[in-house]
Amino acid sequence: MAEPIIQIRNVTKRFGKVAAVDNVSLEIMAGEFFVLLGPSGCGKTTLLRMIAGFELPTEGEILIDGQDMAGIPPNKRPVNMVFQSYAVFPHMTVADNVAYGLKIAGVGRGEREERVREALQLVSLAGFEDRKPDQMSGGQRQRVALARSLVMKPKVLLLDEPLSALDAKLRAQMQFELSELQDHVGITFVTVTHDQDEALSMAGRIAVMNKGEVAQMATPSDLYEYPANRFVADFVGSVNLFEGKLTLDEPDRAAVDCAGLGKVYLNHGVTGPHGADVWIALRPEKIYLHVPGDGKAIRAAAQDAPDDHNLARGVIKGMSYLGDITLFEIQLDNGAKIRVSRPNLSRRDQEDFTWDDRVSMHWRADSPVVLLS
Amino acid sequence: MALQDWKQHKRPFAAIASGPLLWLFLFFLVPMTIVWLYSFGQNSGPADINITGTLDNYKRATEWLYLSIFGKSLAVAALVTLICLVIGFPVAMAITFAPEKWRPWLLVAIMLPFWTNLLIRTYALMMLMGSNGYANQGLGAMWEGASWLKTMVGLQPLEAWTPVQLLYNNFAVVLGLVYVHLPFMVLPLYSALDRLDKSLIEASLDLGAGHLKTLFTIVVPLAGPGIMAGVMITLIPALGAYLTPDLMGGTDSQMIANVIERQFKRANDWPFGAALSFLLIYAMFILVALQSLRGDRTKTGER
Repeated sequence: MAEPIIQIRNVTKRFGKVAAVDNVSLEIMAGEFFVLLGPSGCGKTTLLRMIAGFELPTEGEILIDGQDMAGIPPNKRPVNMVFQSYAVFPHMTVADNVAYGLKIAGVGRGEREERVREALQLVSLAGFEDRKPDQMSGGQRQRVALARSLVMKPKVLLLDEPLSALDAKLRAQMQFELSELQDHVGITFVTVTHDQDEALSMAGRIAVMNKGEVAQMATPSDLYEYPANRFVADFVGSVNLFEGKLTLDEPDRAAVDCAGLGKVYLNHGVTGPHGADVWIALRPEKIYLHVPGDGKAIRAAAQDAPDDHNLARGVIKGMSYLGDITLFEIQLDNGAKIRVSRPNLSRRDQEDFTWDDRVSMHWRADSPVVLLS
Repeated sequence: MALQDWKQHKRPFAAIASGPLLWLFLFFLVPMTIVWLYSFGQNSGPADINITGTLDNYKRATEWLYLSIFGKSLAVAALVTLICLVIGFPVAMAITFAPEKWRPWLLVAIMLPFWTNLLIRTYALMMLMGSNGYANQGLGAMWEGASWLKTMVGLQPLEAWTPVQLLYNNFAVVLGLVYVHLPFMVLPLYSALDRLDKSLIEASLDLGAGHLKTLFTIVVPLAGPGIMAGVMITLIPALGAYLTPDLMGGTDSQMIANVIERQFKRANDWPFGAALSFLLIYAMFILVALQSLRGDRTKTGER
């Protein structure tokens, strides 16, 4: 296991009476691509700025590479930051921007030019040395900001919403490039984003933040498949949530009776008190859609669930065709609404169902997640 | 109706513009032209001026006596501008980085002097600086304190306090002009610094620069246009200052505006006064032209 490069211990930051960051403790490992994910105002940027030194914790301590950062100003910390606005110096050429930190560090001219050249090559900006920032696109300016930070060989690179100002195509491309770059240089990346796709595609580990607290910290797939609470389940991806009561809880199986969704069966135990109020989280893509009456197919797919479990019926009330998938909004017979997504595996799949069709749905016994909070 | 493009709405544009244009024509252009014509004339009686097309007035205006006063006015104005810049820049920085709640009040504090008549402000300053004013009283009290301290340690007391001459000299003129023109410098500087992306400053700190280094390599260059605007807006009125040197200056601290005033009033030599006036206007034109030329060059340099 790698060593932690950043240790955040019981850090709280208050602005007036509001706690922007509330007693957060987490460790970021050396060489990791770590993402702080959360809605705006959740405290993720404040946490990042405390690591950089632009904000000071009200309580708690931050250690970088084992050294307590209390009292150490931003210009003395072994971290560099890529700002949301990129903050490329507009009155300097690209080469001068990238050389800025090296010049201050007193790196000699020869080595400086060599390192600037390397850094620009790393971000595919070789040949842009003499350009001014206002002659470049947003994506290129961001690469300048990246090169300017990477050239300093920091222990940790902090990125504040690095892709938020780029258009969708470029963003998808930069997600790959950033992951690749991080792999290549081996520097720890800590990124702040509100975009769950961005977080899932780039991160090694994600900390989801809500109202100043860490709601869950996990790998992208664990976060998506095993959310710890309703906030995470709802914020990462889309989800159907139903309130219910735990009626059966054994080591290898459990059942929840939901007023909205009916009887839900799980092929694993839940460590919750019997009769407790719980929530069932069910992802739209984990629900199979059928023409009603096709009982054999349903039983075959939901083979491991007892009769009358993991099964619902309703009417299609909304449909949106997104190309790769079609999203359905279905009103269940008891009035509750559920979202189901269906991959368009062949070209005419979207014609299978339409508005006001009666449908039945089932899901596997390992698909629902039982949430206690 | 949108008026963004005047070419598509010539009639309403003309209707709106004609009033101010007429005003400018009648009360600015016409009198200026008359004065300009006077500068090529000569007195033919106590109240009559013959416009003969002579250049004698300009010849006289470029004599050493007047050129030296021009030069001195320029030097005083430049010194005043420099002092305003040195004082005004930190003030503008402080307002920019003050908590958001305070900023409007700080700006009001800067503009407050404009709500008072210049004459009253100048007299108030003179009362402070008179030989029996608060400034001298304060200095006198400190002098006596020092004298008392000396007697306490057994030394001879200092000789009696004689008030310092703070008024009616060049020092008073510079101080008075700085006092009057400081807001003109602070406001454009503030607007330039306020527009500055604060993350540029953070980026510089993040890359290892100290605060002073950041100030001189990032903040000052990027506030350049604001600094130039502040310099021009301070330099030009300071160059033509009349009231401050007249009231606070001594016999050796008259500026060009005071000389011009004397020609129009006491000397009753309007043609010569007009020539001096226009030389001053030409000097200001040159300053403005130099500045816009510089602005153009930096702009094309960046493109």
